[in-house]
Amino acid sequence: MTAQVPTQTAAALGAARALTCRECGADYPLDASYACMECFGPLEVSYEPSLVTRDEIESGPPSMWRYEALLPVTAGAGSRPGLQPGFTKLVRADNLAAALGARAVWVKDDSGNPTHSFKDRVVAVALENARRLGYDTIACASTGNLANAVAAAAARAGLKSVVFVPSNLEAGKIVTTAVYGGTLVAIDGNYDDVNRLCSEIAANRDWGFVNVNLRPYYAEGSKTVGFEIAEQLGWRLPDAYVSPVASGSLLTKVDKAFKEFVRQGLVEDRAYQVFGAQATGCSPVSEAFREGRDIIRPVKPDTIAKSLAIGNPADGPYALDSVRRTGGAIADVSDQEVVEGIELLARTEGIFAETAGGVVVATYRKLLKEGLIDPSAEVVLLNTGDGLKTLDAVAPTSQPTFTISPSYDDFEANYTGDNA
Amino acid sequence: MSIAVKVPTILRTYTGGSAEVTVAGATLADAIADLDAQFPGIGARVLDEDGKLRRFVNVYVNDDDVRFLEDLQTPTPDGTSVSIIPAVAGG
Repeated sequence: MTAQVPTQTAAALGAARALTCRECGADYPLDASYACMECFGPLEVSYEPSLVTRDEIESGPPSMWRYEALLPVTAGAGSRPGLQPGFTKLVRADNLAAALGARAVWVKDDSGNPTHSFKDRVVAVALENARRLGYDTIACASTGNLANAVAAAAARAGLKSVVFVPSNLEAGKIVTTAVYGGTLVAIDGNYDDVNRLCSEIAANRDWGFVNVNLRPYYAEGSKTVGFEIAEQLGWRLPDAYVSPVASGSLLTKVDKAFKEFVRQGLVEDRAYQVFGAQATGCSPVSEAFREGRDIIRPVKPDTIAKSLAIGNPADGPYALDSVRRTGGAIADVSDQEVVEGIELLARTEGIFAETAGGVVVATYRKLLKEGLIDPSAEVVLLNTGDGLKTLDAVAPTSQPTFTISPSYDDFEANYTGDNA
Repeated sequence: MSIAVKVPTILRTYTGGSAEVTVAGATLADAIADLDAQFPGIGARVLDEDGKLRRFVNVYVNDDDVRFLEDLQTPTPDGTSVSIIPAVAGG
């Protein structure tokens, strides 16, 4: 069944044409829906063919809105109240490369976003659509970073927010959500419990749940990570990227971004590999990859990488598709390795990543060791969040080198010059 | 035997708009069969051509994901609640 799509709506939302089921291809109007009426498959924004040039992008604002022609938003998104995220640094990581015996490594550092994670990007697109559809309240189920982003964006936009999180979240992420005001609901359960509750609430409230009924729009925001990587490399694609995998959405949308840039003629078509990174304590997609399965078996998460602790990942099957299509891999690392990954990136590049970034660095190291990634490949590692949000992970191993009285003799007696 | 089934928005066209309906059956498979008998066509929305739960639907029996239980063979004794929820949310 194909729903009639009103053309004026399509015209009002950039090049977006319809919401289309990824499983069965049914089309739906560009409203607040996320699951196919026919088969429960996920709805994704589909677009009319259109062309955008490098000049048009380069003359846009220094934010993700430079790519607005490739997003489901009405023109002028950058001029409306929002956090204006994106265009974060792509850092050449030569020290890290040397430490790992790799040739060329970059870090896409999304800790530089307004609330210090890549979630500001997805929320920005969801917010635009919440406004378009007339919602006065935005809401979400979150493992923390999204909570920050929704609460802050709502404050800037003058909307109400209702944010749902697991009650065992890192203290830092509670504070960095609650400070923006709005309603913060802590739930005695894991993320999957929170998510399920939100699906039920979303069905009965007239709210814009960014990752439930607005999810098709929201997810498109992650494409801007891929767009920026290609533009910042000088309008070309890398050999590979390594993405953390929670729901699997970011990994698949960066892949989609690369394909869209190729289709637009903005970069040369070339082979690239997609790699996924999970923490062993929540690795349902990695397990499915290792065992050659298409079906993701849900797990009960138990890891310090709480921002990745989704045991029932919505886009897991599509993450597997991207990785298998490109000859990549998905691997997982222990919590100890996550901490080592955070420390390695901090000590080689001066970038303090949250646990998800530690998962990516440690997984890249593991993939190199296991020969699953070529050390001569130019690789972009995605750091999705700021280490200040997950201090507990490294606090036990990041302490003063020594503590002394305010005495010169004490200092001389203790300082050896290479305590580090 | 009485089982309360929570129906997601996208399936309420089958239930005349009802968000919760009552069915009977000793297992989840039986409960879904009765659901389909009462509301013809709804079963095929939840189960695929092979009679398995569709890839993008989550079913909970008394708040537990049935994939952690016995899937369609999960027992549904009197008073059980069943929730059917689209899987594609979150993250």
